[in-house]
Amino acid sequence: MKRMTNMKQLRFMANIIRQDVVRMLYEAKSGHSAGSIGLADIFTALYFNVLYHNPEKPDWPDRDRLILSNGHVCPVLYSALANAGYFPKEELMTLRKLNSMLQGHPHRGTLPGIENSSGPLGQGLSQAVGMAIVAKAERKRWRVYAMLSDGEHNEGQTWEAAMLAAKYKLGNLTAIIDRNNIQIDGYTEEVLPLEPFADKYRAFGWNVIDVDGHNIKKIIDACSESKAVYERPTVIIAHTIPGKGVPFMENLFEWHGKPPTKEQADEATRDLEAIKKTIDEDEE
Amino acid sequence: MNSHPTTNSKPPLESILDMHLIPNLFNPELSKPSRDGFGKALVELGEQNPNVWVLSADVSESTRTHWFAEKFPKRFVQIGVAEQNMAGVAAGIAACGKTVFLSAYGVFSPGRNWDQIRVSICYNDVNVKIHASHTGLTVGPDGASHQALEDMAMIRSLPNIVVLAPADMEETRKAAIALAAHNGPGYMRTAREKSPVFTTTDTPFVIGKANVYRDGSDLAIFACGIQVYESLKAAEQLKGEGIDAAVIDCHTIKPIDRAAIIKYAKKCGLIMSVEEHQVDGGMGSAIAEVTSSEFPVPVYRHGIYNRFCESGEPYDLLKKYELDAEGIVKHAKEAMKLKSKV
Repeated sequence: MKRMTNMKQLRFMANIIRQDVVRMLYEAKSGHSAGSIGLADIFTALYFNVLYHNPEKPDWPDRDRLILSNGHVCPVLYSALANAGYFPKEELMTLRKLNSMLQGHPHRGTLPGIENSSGPLGQGLSQAVGMAIVAKAERKRWRVYAMLSDGEHNEGQTWEAAMLAAKYKLGNLTAIIDRNNIQIDGYTEEVLPLEPFADKYRAFGWNVIDVDGHNIKKIIDACSESKAVYERPTVIIAHTIPGKGVPFMENLFEWHGKPPTKEQADEATRDLEAIKKTIDEDEE
Repeated sequence: MNSHPTTNSKPPLESILDMHLIPNLFNPELSKPSRDGFGKALVELGEQNPNVWVLSADVSESTRTHWFAEKFPKRFVQIGVAEQNMAGVAAGIAACGKTVFLSAYGVFSPGRNWDQIRVSICYNDVNVKIHASHTGLTVGPDGASHQALEDMAMIRSLPNIVVLAPADMEETRKAAIALAAHNGPGYMRTAREKSPVFTTTDTPFVIGKANVYRDGSDLAIFACGIQVYESLKAAEQLKGEGIDAAVIDCHTIKPIDRAAIIKYAKKCGLIMSVEEHQVDGGMGSAIAEVTSSEFPVPVYRHGIYNRFCESGEPYDLLKKYELDAEGIVKHAKEAMKLKSKV
């Protein structure tokens, strides 16, 4: 797929994805708002610039793989896939409904472009490591990207996978952590503190990059940097604001697991439309 | 490693069906653990198919994956003591078009990674084959913590997976090869302890088709693992006491052979299941599920009765918990009492 390099275009796309997610969650009447909306910039960077992929050939063997580990943010993935052309956009409004391709958590095989089934936390990095081991052993040029949440680092399996990735020197693996500081019961540092988060990954043998998870250019740059590190896997700790772009959701863990009402969805859409109008004037 | 037991085509005993078992059925020359059959199969598969990968969770020698690792080091992944990660890594490798065998003790896998098997392997529907070694009571002196007696109950409830419990080393070798050819997730349990190798290269093995080794009209004994051979011995003793027992090697627990179960439910009117597993949830339960809805007859489920066991030498344990031939004879007689109640 042709890369989108114009920052204005990319920011427009992120805005469209946010608006999709708001509508999808309102229509679905259940789902996870804050994380999905907060990840719009990262998914825009990935699907419209970073990843080598072909929406017309989802099974192209040499594609880059994106493993989504925290499956509950799938509305942002579904919107990115639809906007990239994997399936018609009107399907988005069937999210979580009977007979839909868009399952409440992603299912490999049901929807084109989904690399892995997920939902139960902590399972994604292991699968990404498996793929990267194959790609490295067979000297493939494709890379593996793993999207993780901060909260799922409570699960020991994530750290088991982190150790194995370092053992096999998986320079073809880039993990991106949505560091939004919230999980279901509260703030991550209150539920089970993760800090010093970056130091933990460094101690596990990873290359660590901290980045503003809403600056699309910096996300793309961090992904490029990760490609230049051969002997270690890279983790990009992307600092995000949950619900970013929808002021009444921002930074509130209460918005982790609920959808907007009709009025809230309309308000969110108005907020996002207002932001969209400013994209022209802003300089990157 | 390269000698396979062979046979002439003549049935060894009158009552034994022509299933190409060894000629001297009750005087076997070879005694080997079934896990050896798994290790041998992996080497064969590795030679035939460059897409076969093997994973181990720090138990390569005892689960016999080290033979593969020595020959094909690039397709062997040493995971460390991390069964959950192993299931996920296996799913990732399989998603790249590979056939992946992962190997650990049954108490840890599926004991510890059932959620990963459920979502990363079964829901993804990828070609991962789980080898659970050291299952059953016969792991012996390690004691109850290491005796996998619940694994089939855990694993057979999952969609998309086939579940095998082969009877001896040779059948295990064939089962592993059949699993590699099967498209989708698979599970196979093996034993640590040596047991007689009584099937041969010519004995048929088809996933989902139970092997009837001995016909009978009073009682049909469905067994898996080491208990198949013990049941054949038991049937000989029962014959002397006037009970004509069929013996069926029920090596596939899922999908279970409904036709064989219904056939023998009709023929004998009584089924007995024998397994090194808790009586609830294993092969016996799977059989009772079929009979209860399709042809109700009494199903006497023999195995471990809702308890943890203990340390001991393998065959001493089988004797104490009545899963050797003598124990099976005793329970078969109990089972026969159910017939008068129908």
